[in-house]
Amino acid sequence: MATQKVTVTLTVNGTTHTAEVEPRLLLVHFLREHLNLTGTHIGCDTTHCGACTVLMNGRAVKSCTVLTVQADGATIKTIEGMAENGQMHPLQEGFHVEHGLQCGYCTPGMIMRAAELLARNPDPTEEEIRWGISGNLCRCTGYVNIVKAIQYAARKLREREQAAAGS
Amino acid sequence: MEAEVRTPPTICGMGHRMKRKEDARFLFGKGRYVDDIKLPGMLYMDIVRSPFAHARIKSINAERALAMDGVVAVITGKDLEKYNLHWMPTLMGDTQMVLPTDRVMYQAQEVAAVIATDRYIAADAVEAIEVEYEPLEPVIDPFRALEPDAPVLRTDKGKTDNHIWHWEVGDREATERAFQEADVVVKQQIYIPRIHVASIETCGCIADYDPVEGKLTVYMTTQAPHVVRTALAMVAGHVGLSEEKIRVISPDIGGGFGGKVPIYPGYVIAIAASVLLGKPVKWIEDRSENLQADSFARDYHITAELAATKEGKITALRIKTLADHGYTDAAANPSKFPAGLFSICTGSYDIKHAFVEVDAVYTNKPPGGIAYRCSFRVTEAVHAIERMVDVLAQKLGMDPAELRFKNFIQPDQFPYKSALGWEYDSGNYPAALRKAMDLIGYEELRREQAERRARGELMGIGISSFTEIVGAGPSRHFDILGIKMFDSCELRIHPTGKAIARFGTKSQGQGHETTYAQIIAEELGIPAEHVQVEEGDTDTAPYGLGTYASRSTPTAGAAAAMAARKVREKARKIAAYLLEVSEEDLEWEPGVFRVKGAPDKSVTIQDIALAAYTNHPPGMEAGLEAVHYYDPPNLTFPFGSYICVVDIDKGTGQVKIRRFVAVDDCGHVINPMIVEGQIHGGLTMGFAPAMMEELVYDEEGNILTGSFMDYLLPTAVETPRWETARTVTPSPHHPLGAKGVGESATVGAPAAIVNAVVDALSPYGVTHIDIPITPYKVWKILHEKGVV
Repeated sequence: MATQKVTVTLTVNGTTHTAEVEPRLLLVHFLREHLNLTGTHIGCDTTHCGACTVLMNGRAVKSCTVLTVQADGATIKTIEGMAENGQMHPLQEGFHVEHGLQCGYCTPGMIMRAAELLARNPDPTEEEIRWGISGNLCRCTGYVNIVKAIQYAARKLREREQAAAGS
Repeated sequence: MEAEVRTPPTICGMGHRMKRKEDARFLFGKGRYVDDIKLPGMLYMDIVRSPFAHARIKSINAERALAMDGVVAVITGKDLEKYNLHWMPTLMGDTQMVLPTDRVMYQAQEVAAVIATDRYIAADAVEAIEVEYEPLEPVIDPFRALEPDAPVLRTDKGKTDNHIWHWEVGDREATERAFQEADVVVKQQIYIPRIHVASIETCGCIADYDPVEGKLTVYMTTQAPHVVRTALAMVAGHVGLSEEKIRVISPDIGGGFGGKVPIYPGYVIAIAASVLLGKPVKWIEDRSENLQADSFARDYHITAELAATKEGKITALRIKTLADHGYTDAAANPSKFPAGLFSICTGSYDIKHAFVEVDAVYTNKPPGGIAYRCSFRVTEAVHAIERMVDVLAQKLGMDPAELRFKNFIQPDQFPYKSALGWEYDSGNYPAALRKAMDLIGYEELRREQAERRARGELMGIGISSFTEIVGAGPSRHFDILGIKMFDSCELRIHPTGKAIARFGTKSQGQGHETTYAQIIAEELGIPAEHVQVEEGDTDTAPYGLGTYASRSTPTAGAAAAMAARKVREKARKIAAYLLEVSEEDLEWEPGVFRVKGAPDKSVTIQDIALAAYTNHPPGMEAGLEAVHYYDPPNLTFPFGSYICVVDIDKGTGQVKIRRFVAVDDCGHVINPMIVEGQIHGGLTMGFAPAMMEELVYDEEGNILTGSFMDYLLPTAVETPRWETARTVTPSPHHPLGAKGVGESATVGAPAAIVNAVVDALSPYGVTHIDIPITPYKVWKILHEKGVV
């Protein structure tokens, strides 16, 4: 069932990659198998769990439901691209401080989804956070501390914004 | 109430809310789960599965698949039969097919495996394999399974019916008499449905056989790597896999909850494939395979009865249960406990007489009977007793809290010997319930409920005052495959005063790398930051039975304390030598030995560690290390009281949990932050089966909930906002006074929710609802009972 391969170019976490891929190759497999970015996980086959969430041109997408060819020319950000100079992003910090992770499997997807949420709504209510992450399943935490982690990050990011505006 | 904190934050022993040491790798996307591992030359395996629940395999034609580019091999039961590997034992002494040679026994059963160079090609090849089946009459209903004309499923075992085993405990006659003499008797059928743990990471492995060394390394999603190694050696010894040549590595695990205890056929096929091909073979199941074929939990059909005086003193409990195990008993219970610890069903109550019997049957469903975040059937037991207490309260017209207070085992009765043979270590049940009632404002809620009822509104308040039984176990009673259920810690202190500790358990998110380090910090005064914890590699870790049934803190946590105390004893000798005093002249405070009466004369644990390698006393062995295999003298009995408040929408039948207060008591707390996290997660996995989850089969044995489309896990939107609190009643026999907490909430929560819903509907004659309480189920009741 091998089909003719297609050339795609993607910018992932700031690095541009050109590759020959099968048209059916899922983005999540491209990231994990071709680029060895294994921080993005697979948890279901029906787009329900959100473990594979990444940012595509700034939007959170479930990379198990995106074909690599659909991402041709796109800018992708994965969990590996969140920290800057080894410093945790406020969301990573929030998950650590608020104990927002246990087994860690849903965490990268949860963080990427939350990143988009906070980019669109810097000061979400608890209700908005809960609805915002309702496409991401966590089996360990009961979501309580995930909500707190996102609130922590929202606070941090706002403070950072204010500091930047003030200086 | 926090546990007493004896160490400063720089040491971070017990009671500190230490941030987790394991977090960073997960947060940076650098966790190492099994599917993240790639070996040179690795092949991929995919599995052909049966569309029928019961069928004869007439033929398997793999020609088209084998002709495909990239397909390396197709393995069937006939291939494994040549090596006598087509069947394997279950942990319960039953037998399970690895791959079938003639019959399939449930839908989604493994039929054949494809090995290919790429996972996409493997999936294509699965589609290209032609299997011809002759469908047979399936047995789906466990009650039907016992009828004389039901097809007999396990003719391979020489069976003439579908009955697996009968198990009973308690005094049948005395219980019978108590029922005859009772003022009041209540009886209720309770079904606890088949559910699935559905950890977000599915199961999988990489089998890597090195034909030159004859060594097999298996990276596997397992909660019990050491047991797996021994089981593999037992099953495959005849084909040359000897235990010293098997290394099982359990890397980071994306949630376990009991689902990663069994040894699934997929693992064994991948191992066989790797041995046959001499190359690493990866098998990662997808979510549908996980839900449809991996071990289920529960599926208990319970008939429970309580006898009581008219004043509400419970005098006897009687339970009869039918357990549906699927086509083989693949439960993961201790060997001598076919129904697990179900006999904890007298719960938190002083019940003089009890008798329990369980019968297990075969059906054409996936095998199992594993736990779902629960210590071997404890949820089933707690659900039965906590429901029955409410059924009795309703019958007597008594407040369910009052009835509980009247029947609780009192604090001065501990250690308490239950009618079914357990010795409860410690508890203070009235205190936990009183605290929960105060936190939620129970009396005020009852007043509000009366007002709402008068207006025709549906509001309910439900209580669950559960007792768990965890930490298997004392080895005189508890074993798996004959291996006693101890657990272990091997602790080494390096010359610079840092440490490495290895354990026989395996974290799947519980935070062992932090909590075990805190235990060692508590005992030795070495900062928890400086204690490296490792688990999951059978070549390096000491033998242990693994992590499930809330046993890590009761067993391996105790082993950590005991190993650290052995180290401290040697450290005392070295300190005495360094300070030129006798051991009796020394006193210990965390991290320092001081000379009594001369407190400025002291040595730190770090000084002692260096001396152990550079300047140890003449005649003493060098080094500073210890191993401890901890065999607990008893189980531990965590408990708690939960109160749930619900409002029901009359139009839609939707139940809204307004508040849920959970008061837990797990004895001394190692890390309050982690304990709270465990309770949040446990509550959510109690809420899930109470309200949403069920594995449903039609009468042909087709699974109707085979993906996340239909098997509903709670999202952040449905999940209630949990309110948690604690009482502290230490275990008298555990070295740290701790009890284990990972599963308490999953065990205790469902009954509180059901009790609240039934309470809301009780004015209309409703006495029981089986879980899951879906809106449709409630809507039907509202219409049947004429509420709307």
